[in-house]
Amino acid sequence: MTETVVRRRTPWLAATVHSVRSETSVARTIVLDVPGWPGHVAGQHVDVKLTAPDGYSAQRSYSLAAPADGDRVELTVQRVEDGEVSPYLVDELLPTDQFEVRGPIGGWFTWHATEPGPVLLVAGGSGIVPLMAMVRERARAGSEAPFTLVYSVRGPSDVYYASELAEVDATILYTRTAIGPRRAGRITAADLPAAADARVYVCGPTGFVETVSDLLLERGHDAANIRTERFGPSGG
Amino acid sequence: MSIVSRGFHGRREPAAADLPPGQYLTRDFPVLQAGPTPRVDLDTWQFTISNEAGAKYTWSWRELLALPSETTTVDIHCVTRWSKLKTTWQGVSLDTLFEDVETAADYALVRSYGGYTTNMPLEDLLDGKAWIAYRFEGEELTSDHGGPARLLVPHLYFWKSAKWVTGIDLLVDDEPGFWEQLGYHSYGDPWREQRYTDD
Repeated sequence: MTETVVRRRTPWLAATVHSVRSETSVARTIVLDVPGWPGHVAGQHVDVKLTAPDGYSAQRSYSLAAPADGDRVELTVQRVEDGEVSPYLVDELLPTDQFEVRGPIGGWFTWHATEPGPVLLVAGGSGIVPLMAMVRERARAGSEAPFTLVYSVRGPSDVYYASELAEVDATILYTRTAIGPRRAGRITAADLPAAADARVYVCGPTGFVETVSDLLLERGHDAANIRTERFGPSGG
Repeated sequence: MSIVSRGFHGRREPAAADLPPGQYLTRDFPVLQAGPTPRVDLDTWQFTISNEAGAKYTWSWRELLALPSETTTVDIHCVTRWSKLKTTWQGVSLDTLFEDVETAADYALVRSYGGYTTNMPLEDLLDGKAWIAYRFEGEELTSDHGGPARLLVPHLYFWKSAKWVTGIDLLVDDEPGFWEQLGYHSYGDPWREQRYTDD
């Protein structure tokens, strides 16, 4: 018998909004029902296509915020000022509304529950989203991989998933408005654990990822263990 | 048949007429890469073309800069959907670098500092279609955008324009590069919207 490799084009699928919930004043989680969703790995993203009545359409990529749960898929989207797609998703979309999705996309910035860890997650702002999918996947699978999360945000009102973060080894760094002993300020080498053979995932705006990558190398992490995902200064 | 999203009208930019399907216009220059930015020392920088027989053709940084350069203004299209129009680059045409290279190979695997690779047919690198670029908009190319030098092959999605480029292996058989092994299209023509493996 020869092995049969089935390769299937990634199709556009109809997504129906099941529910929405607010994460911050500018971000919300959208829970979708997507019949035929093939499943995904924590850290992957999805392409979203919105179509206007005259056929004009716009597409963007968004990180999946949670592990696959059958046909149910979760995104968290932050509104980009002057954006074309994100203001619609954050401000307009209601349960039962429909659009199209395609995915999952991306096979590098991923974590499988079979991996023993340790894992260090470093998030800047909305860069928490794919990292939260990893945190949730670890909990779902009952993995005991050691996870450490360092999460940089402007202030307490900008934290996504606040109630769930209490369940992991999470340090929140505030850059503008601090609570707790650490003074408000940008991330420094002292905010990051030293290398302990951890696989490191860094996600955030370009400048943040660049800074953190350099700090990690300074702290002795091996470049080969560092995986990055960046949000450009633009977007939509 | 597309599903119409209630209440979505979109924002139609006039320049969008120049864009490949599924792309949107950005005026910034987003950065996308899989890991930390390699810091490449110009004293040890090398660019090497290896042919299918194993022969190597190597240039130092000084030798690269001594070659005739071209300035080109092109549109670039990232698979993550942003496009940037009329970007200006300076660098050495691959035609110049391939002048004395003996090969009958049809495929190229481009290599970068940091271990990144990307593949394409050799003909996509020749006949004025590709450059080793070291200046962007009149300035030295910064490391986050691939400096000191990156491949520029603007008619394909921009992940093919490998940052921190250090060499090209010529191959008789096509071999997938980094993203091409992870679900992205082997060729990546933005006008045919070849984003993912079987597009």
